[in-house]
Amino acid sequence: MKMIKTDKLVFEYAKRDEEGNIIGKSRAIDEVSLDIEPGQFIAILGHNGSGKSTLAKHMNALLVPSDGTMWVDGMDTKEDEHLWDVRQSAGMVFQNPDNQIIGTVVEEDVGFGPENLGVPTEEIWQRVEDSLKAVGMIEYRHHSPNKLSGGQKQRVAIAGVMAMRPKCIVLDEPTAMLDPNGRKEVLRSVMELRKREHITVILITHYMEEVVDADHVFVMDHGHVVMQGTPREIFSQVDTLKHYRLDVPQVTILADELRKRGLDIPAGVLKKEELVEILCRLN
Amino acid sequence: MIRDITIGQYYPADSRIHKLDPRVKIVCTLLYLISLFTFKSILGYVLATVFLFGCIKLSKVPFKFIVRGLKPIVILLLITVGFNLFLTPGGETLVHVGFIKITEYGLSTAVYMAIRLIYLIMGSSLMTLTTTPNSLTDGLEKLLHPLNKLHVPVHEISMMMSIALRFIPILLEETDKIMKAQIARGADMESGNLIQKAKAMIPILVPLFVSAFRRANDLAMAMEARCYRGGDGRTKMKPLIYKSTDHVAYLITILYVVAAFVVGRYVPFKLWIF
Amino acid sequence: MSIKLEHINYVYSEGTAYEKHALKDVSLEIPHGEFVGIIGHTGSGKSTLIQHLNGLIKATSGALYYNGENIYGENYNLRELRNQVGLVFQYPEHQLFEVNVLQDVCFGPKNQGLSPEECEKRAREALQLVGLKEKYYDHSPFDLSGGQKRRAAIAGVLAMRPKVLVLDEPTAGLDPKGRDEILDQIAYLHEKADMTVILVSHSMEDIAKYVDRIIVMNKGSVMFNDVPKKVFAHYKELESVGLAAPQVTYIMHELKEKGMDVPTDATTIEEAADGIMKALKKERAAK
Repeated sequence: MKMIKTDKLVFEYAKRDEEGNIIGKSRAIDEVSLDIEPGQFIAILGHNGSGKSTLAKHMNALLVPSDGTMWVDGMDTKEDEHLWDVRQSAGMVFQNPDNQIIGTVVEEDVGFGPENLGVPTEEIWQRVEDSLKAVGMIEYRHHSPNKLSGGQKQRVAIAGVMAMRPKCIVLDEPTAMLDPNGRKEVLRSVMELRKREHITVILITHYMEEVVDADHVFVMDHGHVVMQGTPREIFSQVDTLKHYRLDVPQVTILADELRKRGLDIPAGVLKKEELVEILCRLN
Repeated sequence: MIRDITIGQYYPADSRIHKLDPRVKIVCTLLYLISLFTFKSILGYVLATVFLFGCIKLSKVPFKFIVRGLKPIVILLLITVGFNLFLTPGGETLVHVGFIKITEYGLSTAVYMAIRLIYLIMGSSLMTLTTTPNSLTDGLEKLLHPLNKLHVPVHEISMMMSIALRFIPILLEETDKIMKAQIARGADMESGNLIQKAKAMIPILVPLFVSAFRRANDLAMAMEARCYRGGDGRTKMKPLIYKSTDHVAYLITILYVVAAFVVGRYVPFKLWIF
Repeated sequence: MSIKLEHINYVYSEGTAYEKHALKDVSLEIPHGEFVGIIGHTGSGKSTLIQHLNGLIKATSGALYYNGENIYGENYNLRELRNQVGLVFQYPEHQLFEVNVLQDVCFGPKNQGLSPEECEKRAREALQLVGLKEKYYDHSPFDLSGGQKRRAAIAGVLAMRPKVLVLDEPTAGLDPKGRDEILDQIAYLHEKADMTVILVSHSMEDIAKYVDRIIVMNKGSVMFNDVPKKVFAHYKELESVGLAAPQVTYIMHELKEKGMDVPTDATTIEEAADGIMKALKKERAAK
């Protein structure tokens, strides 16, 4: 069974004028059909306004489709009786580190999810400890979230989602408000989680260097999926990516530039180590 | 910087008082406060002093922190004492200088008022210094639980209070940022009359409200994403369960209240005017 | 319109348990018309530093000269300083509050005591400078998109016609295209309006393309203060304090280590590509 499956998903919203009258409809998501196997690391790339965050919010039923269907772990998100199972199955981490932390103490925040699920007290403690250890924040368990850095707060948020034991974790631009160190921290945590827990990871972002290790990448623009493939396949189309307002890592552009100038370099170079090796061989 | 301000000024320490269930502290503080108003003679206050200072000693909180809570009410204290001192008739006149008249009854009432106020503040301070704001909301939630039968949304109110506590430092910091941004655009918060100063608040308050609503929206989504659906079916990570020390604390407090009531009202005692 | 800092120190919460020495003996000079980048990790003091430039924060010790005058002198007109040194904070769209965009951009000029006609004139100029279309002028600022809001907020500061423009992480939260657009706009402003521009960022790659000089802050002190190429040559030290040189710099250094004769001071892709092509041609010619 697919972890996530959508069939001609449409999400419309009403456009209103100054007085609030509806003057038209706009499609944030325009007939998207995709599926995601369990255990994969999937990346959804797109510029701001491409519809990627809107799509993400369908994955845990924060939004339901105007047309078409979204299935999460086999459950149709439109059906009310599945609502809480869907949300427990697909956990979500949001962009703003402060606005998703509820507890005044780190461990209490991580316990919030299990409390909502009615997990018995002793098991909550077990889950909180396991989750905090998994993201490397166990020493901060008694700290106030206010004293943490952005990267640390996001890790606590991830722990809070993991404590609900979801099958899939959706990260909606988790690094957009962080500095480079924070971004590294968060991505490292996510990659480790994936290795240890074998859960499906869906990363929504506009930073291409974050998706080099993904199993599959979707690129969105104007509510459609306009490109999909492995990172290498996607990265090799530098000009198309620029057209979709995405930022290709410098190494990929450099490789592409050198190839345009006649050097024998394969398309879709992802990491600087690769390019260095290739160039040394040419030397 | 601003995020370091703790509301209610919790003073962390490892004491018997700190470890008490928050419900015990709330109820006992209330009983203690009520007891202060039942005394008729100084003996009652003596017992209150023993109880209060005993608790302070047990709490391991330095005395200066407890006294800090009195700073804001110094003016109020002086006014109350002053009124009672100079304007209460009754009993022998002790001092008579020009139109200033201090009677026996005036002096004793003034002193009792002063002690009551001071002990009230000290007692309440002790409670907030030894109990984290979140324990307090948890304690209140559990105590007020019976109100659910009257359709009072106790859980929701408690959740609102905890979230407010969590976001106060964040919103304070944001206010600071907004103020700086507007000052950088030449805004003037200081000069002008009251109306002008009020108008000068608009560039601060509007963005602050917009921001607060945005945060509330984000937070609501995050809570739903973590399966929050109200109080039904929720378990607690740190449930409040009475321990033997809590029962002992209740007992001691009740003994004090009863003793102080009886002694303070029915045991005849007079030391000068008190 | 030059700015000069001499031995600036800033300590806050002095005497308490939370005392922090945010700026330590900072001395630097920014001549008029330069385009300077200030880089540092979170907590390096960069945001604190720029708030000294328009007098929002007063240094604990040291002197700050704007155009040769010490702003800590008696009777110094700080309000006038703020007319000259415009400061755009991070996420400036959070300061928007008026009923419509035009009114909001007029806020600065109004505070400068200008007539309503002059205010509107400057506001329109500023909005054009940031590339916001006229049809949005009468919209509520809250109806704009994120990128548009940001432009409106920057226009709000530009309308005051500052001689120095300081921007704290103007690209924060924007997508790549949005980021390029804002930075291009700022570079355009620097040229067209003859302003000194000070850009604070934590992204080396953003800054390298545009600035004349980079000041690197670390734990409250100035670590490097030089042209981009020379600063990036210290890429190993930059890494040790949590900053990264542009990817290109790393690539060139690694190639050099592996024996290729490439210029290690290349900071842009064009320079790197040129350098690599040249080095390979030389190798082939040699063989």
